[in-house]
This record gives sequence, C-alpha cells and structure tokens, in this order.
Amino acid sequence: MSSYPITIKAFGEQAILVQWPSEVNDSILEDIIQFTNFLKRKLEGKWELVPSYNSLTIIGEANNLNLIEIRKSIIAFYKALDYTEKPVRYLWTLPVCYDSEFGLDLDEVSQNLNMTVSELIQSHSENEYTVYGIGFLPGFMYLGGLPKNLETTRKETPRLKVAKGAVGLAGKQTGIYPQESPGGWNIIGSCPVAIFNVNTEEPCFVSVGDKIKFEAISRATYDLHKIEAEVGIYKPKKVLLND
Amino acid sequence: MIKVLKSGFFTSIQDIGRFGFRNKGVPVSGAMDTNALRKANSLLENSPKAALLEITMTGPTLLFEEETYVSLSGAEMSATLNNLPIDNYKVYKVKKGDIISYGRLTNGFRAYLAVKNGLESNSVLGSSSQYFPLTSRKCISDGDQISFDPILHFEPKITELKIDFYYKEKDLKVSKGPEFDMLSDDQLESLFTKEFSIAKENNRMAYQINELIDGHNVTMLTSGTLPGTVQLTPNGKLIILMKDGQTTGGYPRILQLNQEAICVLAQKKFGDSFSFNLY
Repeated sequence: MSSYPITIKAFGEQAILVQWPSEVNDSILEDIIQFTNFLKRKLEGKWELVPSYNSLTIIGEANNLNLIEIRKSIIAFYKALDYTEKPVRYLWTLPVCYDSEFGLDLDEVSQNLNMTVSELIQSHSENEYTVYGIGFLPGFMYLGGLPKNLETTRKETPRLKVAKGAVGLAGKQTGIYPQESPGGWNIIGSCPVAIFNVNTEEPCFVSVGDKIKFEAISRATYDLHKIEAEVGIYKPKKVLLND
Repeated sequence: MIKVLKSGFFTSIQDIGRFGFRNKGVPVSGAMDTNALRKANSLLENSPKAALLEITMTGPTLLFEEETYVSLSGAEMSATLNNLPIDNYKVYKVKKGDIISYGRLTNGFRAYLAVKNGLESNSVLGSSSQYFPLTSRKCISDGDQISFDPILHFEPKITELKIDFYYKEKDLKVSKGPEFDMLSDDQLESLFTKEFSIAKENNRMAYQINELIDGHNVTMLTSGTLPGTVQLTPNGKLIILMKDGQTTGGYPRILQLNQEAICVLAQKKFGDSFSFNLY
C-alpha cells in the first residue's frame, strides 16, 4: 500500500504533469497506472492521460482550464487513491520470427555479445519486458527489463529504412518498429502482428504497465499470423498479471 | 467536389485535432495555426471541428466542381478566384467551374481554406487530420478529389473579420517547462536575451532552431510532451515540438509555448527570427 512523494505542476496552459521519484521501477509504474485509472473515473470533462516511466501527463481538451483548481483536485485525488483494487495489467506474448531474412544483424550482434545466435534468441525470448511508455511513434513501446547480456551499442550508421514490425536491440532497450522508419537499432527479427492498427476498435491493444514476452516462431507460422492479423482474426495471447 | 489541379508545396486536410490516443503514441495533429482554423470556420458558421485545407508556403490550384462558400485565413499568399484577387477573412461564393489559385507568399507561412460545412474526409480515430501512416496519405496530391456538400445559399451573419496581425510578432510567449529549473544562469541569459532563428528543419512535427545555447548532461526518463514544448538536447540545440510531434520524449522540456505562441510560430519559416518571452 505504498504512496509516493509526488510533485504536481502546470505544464503549459492545457496540461498538468505529475511526477513520481525518478526511477525505473515496477512499483512506481503500478502506482502511476493505479492513479491513471482512478483519474479516468474521477476527472470531469475531456482529458488525455499519458503515463510514462515516472510521470503522468494530464492534458485537457477544453480551452481556458483553471489549472490551479485542477491541480488542487489532483492532489486530493492522489490522497484519496483507492488501492483495494489492483490495476488490470496483462502479459502479452508476441510472436517473433528470428530467421536471418528478418534478423539482419543477428550474426553481428551475437558475435559482439559473445554468444551464439540461438543463445541470443533464447535469451531475448525467455525474458519478460515491462511497457514503461508508449510514444515516439503510434504504438512504439518503451520496454524495460532487457537482460544485461543483451545490452549492445546502436549501429554506427543508421539504416534509412527499417521495416515495420522489425524487432531491434539498442543499449538497454529492445522494441518493435511500429511503422517503416529510419533507425539505428540492431535488427534481430520481425513481429508479424501490428501493435497499432487504426482499423481495430482498440487501435493499440498494449497499454503502459503491461508486460511483453516474445515467442520464437517459424517462417511458416510468421506467414500465417501475418495473414490472420491482416484480416483481423489474429488474437494476441494474453495472461492477466496478478502480481 | 474539389479537383486538385496542383497541390502546392505541402497542402493537407486538417481539423481541430485527434484527441484521446496520446497514451498510445498518437500525436494530436490538427491545424498548426488554431486561430486561423477557428476564424475560417467561424466565418462560415461551421462547427469548430470542421476540416479544411492547410496550405504551406506555396498554394494549390483548385477547381470547384460544385457550388459552395469559402473563407480564407492565415498566411497571405495572393489568392485569386478566377484570377481576381480575394482576401483573407471574408466569405466568398464559389460556383461550378471556379478556380481558386495562389501566388506569392507575402505574409506568414500557412494559409487555410475552409468550405461551408467543412471538407468531407475519412475520419481516422475521430479526426480527418492527415497524419501518415494513420491516414493513408500525409498530404493531398495533384489530381485528388476532395468532397464537400454543395451549398447553394448561405447568408453569413458576419461577412468579414478583422485581419490578424500576429504573423510579424517576434515574441513567443512561454511558460516554464517541467525541467526549467535545470537551466544555468548562462543558459537562462542566452534564452531570454538572444534572438533565435528557424532552421530549415521545420515541419508539422517540430521546428529546429539554428542558434545553440550551452549544452548539458542532464538525463531524464522519457515523459509526456506537447505541441509547443521546447526541448534542449545535450549539445545545446533547441527543438520546438509542433502538432504532429511525438507524444513523449527524453530531452529536457525547458519551456512551453502558450497556445497563441504556437500559432505565431506556425506562421514562421526558415530564417525568420524570434525571441522567447517568459510570462
């Protein structure tokens, strides 16, 4: 039942920024998600709530917001935060094909990390990653929890084009490119399922606070999932987390 | 229907923006100069959410295939209706076969063209604002057809609005950003005494600034950003995020432009100068 020392400040004319201690920490993230869900129910009017690592940005749609009053009520809401119900968080299993066709940098990275390609794939796919933020591009997940043995430098020369769905490694991060874009991450595989799809009712099934696990799949399964996802019948595997 | 004979440098369909998906990384988008959008729509008594054209730097040539009423706002680009000059902030009737085209940019950077009841465009996540790849295209192209509901008769309550003069404004009103307190005395002095200029890297996502200030080695966890957020990179570069800007970022957010300053900046182009004014 922890409650953190938080700071609340105005961020321009239309937003309030709530900040928790500056740490990458699952308990802080859970507190932020708890508070985000609470505010969704309590705040009147139209608001966007953007949780990320150690902060929550609360953005109003209306003009002429009285941020002083809103700040006061946010402080009161945090004090009144109800911890009896844990926030709903999911562990999603996302398929990744690590075939050399997609894993353009697999050989180079595994050499740099002093492991075989299959050791790298095993390490990458047996670990669970926490979604600390979604941003930068629609559906881009900031994943925390990369094992130390997979930490690697970015490519010296970024690629002008990295394919949509490419799974990459860079520094302490791993992630999936949600759309074709330039990028300097080491590419080790491809996920056939779009995290972000405007044609589905919920355009992005993953939320900040969820966890991600990668599952190594064959090329044939990749093709199957890709078709299933495109016609809208692919259902990503999820497990409710009760930690 | 409007037939796009020539699209101009960068003309896109925009409305008031796409709200509700920033937690999934979707920028708010929408007209860069919200003031100009509001005025163009209000003259036609449109909904404030009606979609219009945002015209950047050089304008399109548009053939109207049905009757409607239009209003222009924002930058001044020597617009003509069938080769006769037309002004911003007035309502004009447009008949079948009429052509609106644009000439020299004389003031500002982004012009707006609204039609009565708004453009009809596919709404994606609640907004018509073009933002690739959420929408299939990032802007309009030669030969495109843009639909609207034809209107034969409309009696505007107001036929003309006072012309905005903020395009020549050089002061950008800012408030302190979340990481303002990290700034050194030298950085503060540079920020509030120097004149800055717009780099050629400027678009709907962000405006980069030519002049550097002292750098820093502050690291922070990725956190929310807004249109108008002024970021400071470690090597002292200033980046001002705009309407298509990323929703989170890892550079210190030192200043925040107010809503009016975002409109002022949206009308600035490569080489234009400005200064920050903390209020």
